[in-house]
Amino acid sequence: MIETKNLKKQFGSHVVLSDISETIEKGEKVVVIGPSGSGKSTFLRCLNLLEVPDGGEIWFEGKNILDSKNNINVLRRKMGMVFQQFNLFPHKTVKENITLAPIKLGVMNKAEAEAKAMELLKRVGLPEKADSYPKQLSGGQKQRIAIARALAMNPDVMLFDEPTSALDPEMVGEVLELMKELAADGMTMVVVTHEMGFAKEVGTRVLFMDQGRIMEQNTPEEFFNNPTNPRLKEFLSKVL
Amino acid sequence: MDAILNWFNQVGQSYYDAFITEHRYMFYLEGLRNTLLISFLALLIGAFLGILVAVIRFSTANIKGLHWIKSLCNLYVTIIRGTPVLLQLLIIYNLIFTARNTNEIIVAGICFGINSGAYVAEIVRAGIESIDKGQYEAGRSLGLNGNQTMFTIIMPQAIKNILPALGNEFIVLIKETSVASIIAITDLSKAAQFIGSRTYDVLPPLIIAAACYLIMVIGFTKLLHFIEGRMDQGDRN
Repeated sequence: MIETKNLKKQFGSHVVLSDISETIEKGEKVVVIGPSGSGKSTFLRCLNLLEVPDGGEIWFEGKNILDSKNNINVLRRKMGMVFQQFNLFPHKTVKENITLAPIKLGVMNKAEAEAKAMELLKRVGLPEKADSYPKQLSGGQKQRIAIARALAMNPDVMLFDEPTSALDPEMVGEVLELMKELAADGMTMVVVTHEMGFAKEVGTRVLFMDQGRIMEQNTPEEFFNNPTNPRLKEFLSKVL
Repeated sequence: MDAILNWFNQVGQSYYDAFITEHRYMFYLEGLRNTLLISFLALLIGAFLGILVAVIRFSTANIKGLHWIKSLCNLYVTIIRGTPVLLQLLIIYNLIFTARNTNEIIVAGICFGINSGAYVAEIVRAGIESIDKGQYEAGRSLGLNGNQTMFTIIMPQAIKNILPALGNEFIVLIKETSVASIIAITDLSKAAQFIGSRTYDVLPPLIIAAACYLIMVIGFTKLLHFIEGRMDQGDRN
């Protein structure tokens, strides 16, 4: 579904991604972990071109997204993204946040988009917040709305950029729970996170990134029980 | 006691002469009308130009080959902000609008609009930069293009943030139009000077004109507060 070939990115002289070649299949739940500055967020943000790589290729559903002939705006509709800082639109109500893109892009009419929004709000457990503004919500609620907003475009893959890192500890659970439900429904997911429990429970594959490279990857059991890379062993000994 | 009464009488008479005698209020009204026309035209042009320049500067920042547009915008802002509005008005009037039947009011409106646009551009730029980059990314990640994101997500928030600064700029603009008399426009200030030359008592008409400006600005400020209040919706806790 998503394939990167020799992906490169550097900020100035600092190499953030060096030669990342990776394939993500439909239905996979790929969890990316690694220390800060390892390039894992940059890798994720390259997948929908929020970060433009300096070299390499990215293929999504058979199309090279770096090819200017392929309209990135159309391709992005099929890649939902959830941010660490939620990035809800503060001047719009919760419902408007969810319906904005489908209506603006002509994917749905207003009635369809609102019906879809209410369905999604029920799914994330916040139907009573439809007419609230983001400021009136807790962090966990904001992130659940942000997930609903991304789902409104019926994406084929969901990208999560540290979705629980900005949350109070007691709100992490509700967001992870929602992500688990999403995974159980068969959504293809790429998740950058520090939640090792989530990686173990939900991930079908775990990647460890350090210094702009994927140092090791494996199924969750093998990854956590029999790590081989010394840097990964050190990392796991600190976080587990 | 008599002296005080006498003084009040005199002052009353001089203001009566400056405002009522020979229907002189008609001069103020004409001046006021011209001042309002110039201000309104300049405000529209200024807001349009300012937002346009700010958005162009923002959206062409990372596109190769379009750097010259950004440079052009920067040149505009630099020149306008670096020269006095009085000279800009004279230059535009003499250089560009040299036809005999030029409408001075429109010339003044355009000139003050071009002038104000440069300041509005800087204010709007600050407003756009005040919005978290994540808002832009969120819009783009949903599939909106750059302009859709700018005008449905960034601008509404930016305008709210810059409204006080924008209001300030427009208040300055209203008063600055008093310079327009240099190209033979009877604006409010000119009307006051004219009446002063007729009554040989310059002070009362000037004070009346000043009061008119004050009332206009107070009214405009009230309008701004009203709009700010309406835009606060999303911030209610």
